[in-house]
Amino acid sequence: MSRYAAMFERLGREGALGAFVTLGDPDLQTSAGLLDALVAGGADMIEVGIPFSDPVADGPVIQAAALRALNAGVRVADCFELIAGFRAKHPEVPVGILTYANLVVARAGFMRDAAEAGAESLLIADVPALEAERFTREMDQAGIEPVLIAAANTPDATLGRIAGLAKAYTYCVSRVGITGTHADGEFDGELIERLEKAGAPPPIFGFGISRPEHVRAAIRAGARGVICGSAIVDLASRGGNVTELVRSLKAATRNDSGPQ
Amino acid sequence: MRLSGRFGRFGGCHVPEILVPALEQLEAAFLDAQQDSTFATELGELLTHYAGRPTPLTRCRNLAGNIYLKREDLLHGGAHKTNQVLAQGLLAKRMGKTRLIAETGAGQHGVATAIVGALLGFETVIFMGAEDVERQQLNVFRMRLMGAEVIPVESGGRTLKDAINEALRDWSASFETTHYLLGTAAGPHPFPTMVRDFQRVIGREARAQMIEQVGRLPDAVIACVGGGSNAIGLFADFIGDDVRLIGVEAAGKGLGGAEHGATLLRGMPGILHGAETYVLQNGDGQVTDTWSVSAGLDYPAVGPEHAHLKDSGRAEYVGATDAEALAAFKALATGEGILCAFESAHALAHALKLAEREPDSAILVGLSGRGDKDVAQAEQLLGPSA
Repeated sequence: MSRYAAMFERLGREGALGAFVTLGDPDLQTSAGLLDALVAGGADMIEVGIPFSDPVADGPVIQAAALRALNAGVRVADCFELIAGFRAKHPEVPVGILTYANLVVARAGFMRDAAEAGAESLLIADVPALEAERFTREMDQAGIEPVLIAAANTPDATLGRIAGLAKAYTYCVSRVGITGTHADGEFDGELIERLEKAGAPPPIFGFGISRPEHVRAAIRAGARGVICGSAIVDLASRGGNVTELVRSLKAATRNDSGPQ
Repeated sequence: MRLSGRFGRFGGCHVPEILVPALEQLEAAFLDAQQDSTFATELGELLTHYAGRPTPLTRCRNLAGNIYLKREDLLHGGAHKTNQVLAQGLLAKRMGKTRLIAETGAGQHGVATAIVGALLGFETVIFMGAEDVERQQLNVFRMRLMGAEVIPVESGGRTLKDAINEALRDWSASFETTHYLLGTAAGPHPFPTMVRDFQRVIGREARAQMIEQVGRLPDAVIACVGGGSNAIGLFADFIGDDVRLIGVEAAGKGLGGAEHGATLLRGMPGILHGAETYVLQNGDGQVTDTWSVSAGLDYPAVGPEHAHLKDSGRAEYVGATDAEALAAFKALATGEGILCAFESAHALAHALKLAEREPDSAILVGLSGRGDKDVAQAEQLLGPSA
């Protein structure tokens, strides 16, 4: 059983809390410590960004994080080492990579290296379902689970395609925009129903999750989990207590697990 | 998508999922417009009575060899950009959009978009690298005069590539009301196909003018390549002919170093801004900074059809350095009384080399834009006595 499947089984009706950070931000050592801090706060799954020079799907906070890492000289190989180090310490926690297509095509054996480092899944932000097959085929061969994005404006036919190609979870975007977009607490239950009908992997909401009430609203809308990124990265960059933030978000995944 | 959007192995639609429906809507509007004679009629009227088409074909009287210039510098707006901006503006109307966004480097595409925004009544927002805003204040003022809002982009290297990133980010949140009026034949499908088709009027006219004025096709067709829209527009109708097609990239301070914009000559296949194409990048796939004296050629990717024309061998790509372009700029000014854009001067620089080797060859050069925007920089580089 994959680490994601084991995680969903363990959690039952409780929502999964995914915590995102950019690898190598602001340097390799700090970044490694931050990953541990996320687990200490109770993160169920870790999502890591491999920094890219032109992150078009990201808002200012994650852009700045990528820039800090690249300015510190962080290479893709360093990111795989960080993942391997994390994997050695935390054998059960699923690790998903979020990055951009140019880094993947530039490195022969990217998927294999990711799998060997101990990553569980890969989401390529600028590869929509339309272009995904050549990438997901390679991921399948390497033993990396593909993750694709579904948005409120994604038609049913595309959701069907996502169901056929994706494995670990479905990264849901309930509103338009980029990462860090201010959430209005509205999560799209209809998208979740449509994904379920299509037979897609479990829906997890990203983009604009920064406070416990966002987490509760997403779980209430039927999500199997949430991913918080910009709020964590922003807090870490200001020297704040990331473990505490993660703990408060994790607590919110339990609050609505019982009947209303 | 109804079309493949591929040129050989290049092209495609590599954007976040959320933008795919917007690009599908654009492709549908583009294909419908092609079947609709009212669209062709309205665009034709704008190109003729507003923009000033057809543009002349001018034989150089005093430069060596046998060089013909396709004079897009005489188009309203001062460059070939106006051709496709008018067409996309009409498409945006058909789709019911009320707002235009665009990226710009030196400001030519921003000015062209501001023109169509004023003409057709759109709210217009131009993203421009903060570095470029400082360098190109005159064009910034031009855009503002025509009612466009200019937003300086502070991220990354603060130039064209960062302006495109920011435009894509805006569009991810605004596509319901907003058309992204991309400025070149690059980016995700359908832009490379659509912009080429809206720019092929350049080559169609030039081909007919060569036959009418010279009595034969040219031996070589030469255009500068940044994103590549003027080059693909000039090449498109010659692809089936026995004619050499030569794209000239910015060799900047020399191809031996890193300060150039020669994507096809020095880049590797990759994926940037929606397209699989050649990209200037390091071994990890991080996109590298580019350099050219001409801001319009200062871009680390290139239109995917050029990538395919290069790999298939149908077109050849060469470089011209800053110094060679500047010398050609000056030669055209003193020899023919024409101030061309620094971008176009790259094409002319290679034409002058070719004319020296082959004085009898008929060489058609795409003079993509006029040089007013570059005059202040030319004074700096050449000195006040030139």
